[in-house]
Amino acid sequence: MTRGWLYRLPLPALLAASALAADGAAAPAADPGKAVAFYLVAAVTVGSALGCAIATNIVRMAMCLLGTLGGVALLYFLMSATFLGVIQLIVYAGGTLIVIVFGVMLTSRAYGVKLRPRPVEVLAALVVCGALLVGLVAVLLRTDWPAAPAGGAAEGTVAALGGSLLSVYLVPFELASVLLLAVMIGAAYLAQPALPTAGDGAGPEE
Amino acid sequence: MLTIGLTHYLVLAAALLCCGLYVMTTKRNAVGILIGAELVLNAAALNLVAFARYGAGGLDGQVATLFVIVLAAAEAAIAIAIFVNYYRVLATIDADRGDTLKG
Repeated sequence: MTRGWLYRLPLPALLAASALAADGAAAPAADPGKAVAFYLVAAVTVGSALGCAIATNIVRMAMCLLGTLGGVALLYFLMSATFLGVIQLIVYAGGTLIVIVFGVMLTSRAYGVKLRPRPVEVLAALVVCGALLVGLVAVLLRTDWPAAPAGGAAEGTVAALGGSLLSVYLVPFELASVLLLAVMIGAAYLAQPALPTAGDGAGPEE
Repeated sequence: MLTIGLTHYLVLAAALLCCGLYVMTTKRNAVGILIGAELVLNAAALNLVAFARYGAGGLDGQVATLFVIVLAAAEAAIAIAIFVNYYRVLATIDADRGDTLKG
Protein backbone atom coordinates (compact mmCIF):
# COMPACT_ATOMS: atom_id res chain seq x y z
CA MET A 1 0.00 0.00 0.00
CA THR A 2 1.06 3.58 -0.55
CA ARG A 3 0.19 4.41 3.02
CA GLY A 4 3.33 2.64 4.23
CA TRP A 5 5.24 5.88 4.66
CA LEU A 6 2.81 6.88 7.40
CA TYR A 7 4.17 4.22 9.71
CA ARG A 8 7.81 5.07 9.19
CA LEU A 9 7.27 8.70 10.18
CA PRO A 10 6.84 8.39 13.97
CA LEU A 11 10.40 7.40 14.89
CA PRO A 12 12.22 10.60 13.80
CA ALA A 13 9.24 12.59 14.99
CA LEU A 14 9.54 10.88 18.39
CA LEU A 15 13.18 11.89 18.68
CA ALA A 16 12.41 15.47 17.69
CA ALA A 17 9.46 15.64 20.04
CA SER A 18 11.35 14.30 23.05
CA ALA A 19 14.22 16.70 22.38
CA LEU A 20 11.75 19.56 22.15
CA ALA A 21 9.82 18.54 25.24
CA ALA A 22 13.02 18.66 27.26
CA ASP A 23 13.50 22.38 26.73
CA GLY A 24 9.90 23.26 25.89
CA ALA A 25 9.25 25.11 29.15
CA ALA A 26 12.16 27.47 28.58
CA ALA A 27 10.86 28.88 25.29
CA PRO A 28 7.26 30.09 25.61
CA ALA A 29 7.50 32.33 22.53
CA ALA A 30 6.97 31.20 18.94
CA ASP A 31 9.02 28.08 18.37
CA PRO A 32 9.08 27.04 14.70
CA GLY A 33 10.60 23.63 15.41
CA LYS A 34 7.87 22.82 17.87
CA ALA A 35 5.20 23.98 15.44
CA VAL A 36 6.64 21.81 12.66
CA ALA A 37 6.77 18.84 15.03
CA PHE A 38 3.16 19.47 16.02
CA TYR A 39 1.95 19.61 12.43
CA LEU A 40 3.89 16.46 11.51
CA VAL A 41 2.50 14.50 14.46
CA ALA A 42 -0.98 15.88 13.88
CA ALA A 43 -0.83 14.76 10.25
CA VAL A 44 0.20 11.25 11.31
CA THR A 45 -2.54 11.10 13.95
CA VAL A 46 -5.40 12.33 11.80
CA GLY A 47 -4.13 10.40 8.78
CA SER A 48 -4.15 7.17 10.74
CA ALA A 49 -7.61 7.93 12.08
CA LEU A 50 -8.83 8.56 8.54
CA GLY A 51 -7.18 5.31 7.47
CA CYS A 52 -9.15 3.61 10.24
CA ALA A 53 -12.34 5.07 8.81
CA ILE A 54 -11.52 4.15 5.21
CA ALA A 55 -10.08 0.67 5.69
CA THR A 56 -12.41 -2.28 5.30
CA ASN A 57 -9.91 -4.88 6.46
CA ILE A 58 -10.04 -5.21 10.24
CA VAL A 59 -6.31 -5.96 10.54
CA ARG A 60 -5.49 -2.78 8.63
CA MET A 61 -7.82 -0.88 10.94
CA ALA A 62 -5.91 -2.17 13.96
CA MET A 63 -2.61 -1.04 12.42
CA CYS A 64 -4.07 2.40 11.74
CA LEU A 65 -5.20 2.54 15.36
CA LEU A 66 -1.57 1.91 16.34
CA GLY A 67 -0.56 4.99 14.32
CA THR A 68 -3.20 7.10 16.05
CA LEU A 69 -2.23 5.90 19.54
CA GLY A 70 1.44 6.58 18.87
CA GLY A 71 0.62 10.02 17.49
CA VAL A 72 -1.41 10.90 20.57
CA ALA A 73 1.49 9.76 22.75
CA LEU A 74 3.81 12.07 20.80
CA LEU A 75 1.35 14.92 21.33
CA TYR A 76 1.52 14.23 25.08
CA PHE A 77 5.31 14.54 24.85
CA LEU A 78 4.89 17.82 22.98
CA MET A 79 2.66 19.11 25.79
CA SER A 80 5.33 18.26 28.40
CA ALA A 81 3.16 15.47 29.81
CA THR A 82 5.99 12.97 29.50
CA PHE A 83 4.68 10.49 32.06
CA LEU A 84 1.32 10.31 30.30
CA GLY A 85 3.07 9.81 26.98
CA VAL A 86 5.00 6.85 28.34
CA ILE A 87 1.86 5.40 29.93
CA GLN A 88 -0.02 5.86 26.67
CA LEU A 89 2.66 3.94 24.81
CA ILE A 90 2.92 1.13 27.37
CA VAL A 91 -0.71 0.61 28.35
CA TYR A 92 -2.55 1.73 25.23
CA ALA A 93 -0.25 0.87 22.35
CA GLY A 94 1.31 -2.07 24.16
CA GLY A 95 -1.64 -3.51 26.06
CA THR A 96 -5.02 -2.47 24.76
CA LEU A 97 -3.99 -2.72 21.13
CA ILE A 98 -2.63 -6.24 21.70
CA VAL A 99 -5.94 -7.21 23.25
CA ILE A 100 -7.72 -5.85 20.18
CA VAL A 101 -5.38 -7.75 17.85
CA PHE A 102 -6.07 -10.93 19.80
CA GLY A 103 -9.77 -10.23 19.39
CA VAL A 104 -9.28 -9.82 15.64
CA MET A 105 -7.41 -13.09 15.40
CA LEU A 106 -9.95 -15.00 17.49
CA THR A 107 -12.96 -13.75 15.57
CA SER A 108 -11.86 -13.54 11.93
CA ARG A 109 -11.87 -17.18 10.97
CA ALA A 110 -14.81 -16.68 8.62
CA TYR A 111 -12.46 -15.32 5.97
CA GLY A 112 -13.76 -13.95 2.72
CA VAL A 113 -16.97 -12.61 4.21
CA LYS A 114 -16.86 -8.88 3.53
CA LEU A 115 -18.66 -6.82 6.11
CA ARG A 116 -19.41 -3.61 4.26
CA PRO A 117 -21.94 -0.98 5.27
CA ARG A 118 -24.74 -0.04 2.94
CA PRO A 119 -24.17 3.16 0.90
CA VAL A 120 -27.08 4.87 2.65
CA GLU A 121 -25.44 4.27 6.01
CA VAL A 122 -22.11 5.62 4.79
CA LEU A 123 -23.80 8.72 3.40
CA ALA A 124 -25.75 9.38 6.59
CA ALA A 125 -22.67 8.87 8.76
CA LEU A 126 -20.61 11.18 6.53
CA VAL A 127 -23.25 13.90 6.74
CA VAL A 128 -23.61 13.63 10.52
CA CYS A 129 -19.88 13.45 11.25
CA GLY A 130 -19.05 16.23 8.80
CA ALA A 131 -21.69 18.50 10.29
CA LEU A 132 -20.40 17.73 13.79
CA LEU A 133 -16.82 18.48 12.74
CA VAL A 134 -17.74 21.76 11.08
CA GLY A 135 -19.81 22.84 14.07
CA LEU A 136 -17.14 21.89 16.58
CA VAL A 137 -14.37 23.67 14.68
CA ALA A 138 -16.52 26.78 14.24
CA VAL A 139 -17.23 26.88 17.97
CA LEU A 140 -13.61 26.18 18.92
CA LEU A 141 -12.24 28.91 16.67
CA ARG A 142 -14.62 31.52 18.05
CA THR A 143 -14.20 30.76 21.74
CA ASP A 144 -11.78 32.86 23.73
CA TRP A 145 -10.26 30.43 26.21
CA PRO A 146 -8.96 31.73 29.54
CA ALA A 147 -5.18 31.75 29.54
CA ALA A 148 -3.14 29.58 31.82
CA PRO A 149 -1.57 31.12 34.91
CA ALA A 150 2.08 31.78 34.19
CA GLY A 151 4.40 28.95 35.14
CA GLY A 152 1.61 26.68 36.33
CA ALA A 153 1.73 24.23 33.44
CA ALA A 154 5.17 22.64 33.50
CA GLU A 155 4.70 20.50 36.61
CA GLY A 156 3.64 17.30 34.88
CA THR A 157 6.19 15.26 36.76
CA VAL A 158 5.78 11.76 38.12
CA ALA A 159 6.06 13.05 41.70
CA ALA A 160 3.29 15.62 41.25
CA LEU A 161 1.00 13.07 39.58
CA GLY A 162 1.67 10.46 42.24
CA GLY A 163 1.08 12.92 45.06
CA SER A 164 -2.22 14.00 43.61
CA LEU A 165 -3.28 10.38 42.97
CA LEU A 166 -2.68 9.47 46.62
CA SER A 167 -4.23 12.58 48.14
CA VAL A 168 -7.00 14.29 46.20
CA TYR A 169 -7.82 11.38 43.91
CA LEU A 170 -7.42 8.55 46.42
CA VAL A 171 -11.02 7.32 46.19
CA PRO A 172 -11.12 7.13 42.35
CA PHE A 173 -7.70 5.47 42.47
CA GLU A 174 -8.96 2.71 44.79
CA LEU A 175 -12.17 2.38 42.79
CA ALA A 176 -10.08 1.89 39.65
CA SER A 177 -8.18 -0.95 41.32
CA VAL A 178 -11.43 -2.63 42.36
CA LEU A 179 -12.73 -2.14 38.82
CA LEU A 180 -9.64 -3.81 37.37
CA LEU A 181 -10.13 -6.80 39.70
CA ALA A 182 -13.78 -7.06 38.66
CA VAL A 183 -12.81 -6.81 34.99
CA MET A 184 -10.22 -9.55 35.39
CA ILE A 185 -12.75 -11.91 36.96
CA GLY A 186 -15.46 -10.94 34.51
CA ALA A 187 -13.31 -11.40 31.43
CA ALA A 188 -12.09 -14.79 32.63
CA TYR A 189 -15.69 -15.83 33.32
CA LEU A 190 -16.99 -14.57 29.98
CA ALA A 191 -14.25 -16.14 27.90
CA GLN A 192 -14.26 -19.60 29.46
CA PRO A 193 -15.52 -22.50 27.34
CA ALA A 194 -19.26 -22.98 27.61
CA LEU A 195 -20.04 -25.36 30.46
CA PRO A 196 -22.87 -27.79 29.81
CA THR A 197 -25.70 -26.74 32.09
CA ALA A 198 -28.26 -29.19 33.47
CA GLY A 199 -30.95 -28.37 30.91
CA ASP A 200 -28.59 -27.87 28.01
CA GLY A 201 -26.22 -30.79 28.14
CA ALA A 202 -28.77 -33.48 28.85
CA GLY A 203 -30.77 -33.03 25.66
CA PRO A 204 -28.47 -33.95 22.78
CA GLU A 205 -26.60 -36.68 24.66
CA GLU A 206 -29.48 -38.91 25.56
CA MET B 1 0.13 29.82 13.06
CA LEU B 2 3.63 29.12 14.36
CA THR B 3 2.67 29.33 18.01
CA ILE B 4 0.86 26.15 18.93
CA GLY B 5 -1.92 26.88 21.36
CA LEU B 6 -4.94 25.27 22.94
CA THR B 7 -7.11 25.69 19.84
CA HIS B 8 -4.77 23.60 17.69
CA TYR B 9 -5.07 20.64 20.02
CA LEU B 10 -8.82 21.06 20.40
CA VAL B 11 -9.37 21.09 16.62
CA LEU B 12 -7.19 18.00 16.29
CA ALA B 13 -9.21 16.25 19.00
CA ALA B 14 -12.44 17.23 17.23
CA ALA B 15 -11.15 15.61 14.03
CA LEU B 16 -10.26 12.46 15.97
CA LEU B 17 -13.70 12.43 17.57
CA CYS B 18 -15.46 12.67 14.21
CA CYS B 19 -13.30 9.89 12.75
CA GLY B 20 -14.14 7.69 15.73
CA LEU B 21 -17.82 8.46 15.42
CA TYR B 22 -17.75 7.60 11.73
CA VAL B 23 -15.96 4.31 12.44
CA MET B 24 -18.45 3.43 15.19
CA THR B 25 -21.47 4.07 12.99
CA THR B 26 -20.34 2.48 9.73
CA LYS B 27 -18.30 -0.59 10.67
CA ARG B 28 -20.23 -3.81 10.95
CA ASN B 29 -17.38 -5.76 12.48
CA ALA B 30 -17.82 -5.59 16.28
CA VAL B 31 -14.06 -5.22 16.81
CA GLY B 32 -14.15 -2.28 14.38
CA ILE B 33 -16.79 -0.60 16.53
CA LEU B 34 -14.48 -1.07 19.53
CA ILE B 35 -11.65 0.57 17.58
CA GLY B 36 -13.93 3.55 16.92
CA ALA B 37 -14.64 3.80 20.64
CA GLU B 38 -10.90 3.86 21.32
CA LEU B 39 -10.52 6.75 18.87
CA VAL B 40 -13.24 8.72 20.66
CA LEU B 41 -11.63 8.03 24.05
CA ASN B 42 -8.27 9.22 22.74
CA ALA B 43 -9.85 12.45 21.51
CA ALA B 44 -11.32 13.07 24.96
CA ALA B 45 -8.02 12.31 26.68
CA LEU B 46 -6.19 14.65 24.30
CA ASN B 47 -8.64 17.42 25.24
CA LEU B 48 -8.04 16.81 28.94
CA VAL B 49 -4.25 17.01 28.59
CA ALA B 50 -4.50 20.12 26.40
CA PHE B 51 -6.61 21.89 29.01
CA ALA B 52 -4.18 20.81 31.72
CA ARG B 53 -1.33 22.28 29.70
CA TYR B 54 -2.87 25.49 28.38
CA GLY B 55 -5.91 26.04 30.59
CA ALA B 56 -6.24 26.99 34.22
CA GLY B 57 -6.92 23.50 35.55
CA GLY B 58 -3.43 22.51 36.66
CA LEU B 59 -2.65 18.81 36.89
CA ASP B 60 -6.26 17.63 37.20
CA GLY B 61 -6.56 16.97 33.48
CA GLN B 62 -3.54 14.69 33.47
CA VAL B 63 -4.92 12.64 36.38
CA ALA B 64 -8.25 12.35 34.57
CA THR B 65 -6.37 11.12 31.48
CA LEU B 66 -4.75 8.41 33.59
CA PHE B 67 -8.22 7.23 34.60
CA VAL B 68 -9.39 7.36 30.98
CA ILE B 69 -6.51 5.08 29.97
CA VAL B 70 -7.32 2.63 32.78
CA LEU B 71 -11.02 2.57 31.92
CA ALA B 72 -10.25 2.09 28.22
CA ALA B 73 -8.06 -0.92 28.99
CA ALA B 74 -10.79 -2.44 31.18
CA GLU B 75 -13.44 -1.74 28.55
CA ALA B 76 -11.38 -3.33 25.80
CA ALA B 77 -10.77 -6.49 27.85
CA ILE B 78 -14.46 -6.97 28.64
CA ALA B 79 -15.54 -6.10 25.09
CA ILE B 80 -13.15 -8.64 23.56
CA ALA B 81 -14.38 -11.32 25.97
CA ILE B 82 -17.95 -10.55 24.92
CA PHE B 83 -16.99 -10.64 21.21
CA VAL B 84 -15.30 -14.02 21.60
CA ASN B 85 -18.49 -15.36 23.17
CA TYR B 86 -20.58 -13.69 20.45
CA TYR B 87 -18.46 -15.33 17.79
CA ARG B 88 -18.77 -18.69 19.51
CA VAL B 89 -22.57 -18.48 19.65
CA LEU B 90 -23.35 -16.87 16.26
CA ALA B 91 -20.28 -17.97 14.23
CA THR B 92 -19.91 -14.41 12.91
CA ILE B 93 -18.57 -11.08 14.15
CA ASP B 94 -21.13 -9.04 12.21
CA ALA B 95 -22.74 -6.76 14.79
CA ASP B 96 -25.97 -6.59 12.75
CA ARG B 97 -26.61 -10.30 13.26
CA GLY B 98 -26.87 -10.05 17.02
CA ASP B 99 -30.61 -9.51 17.01
CA THR B 100 -31.78 -12.77 18.55
CA LEU B 101 -33.41 -10.88 21.42
CA LYS B 102 -35.64 -8.96 19.01
CA GLY B 103 -39.30 -9.38 19.88
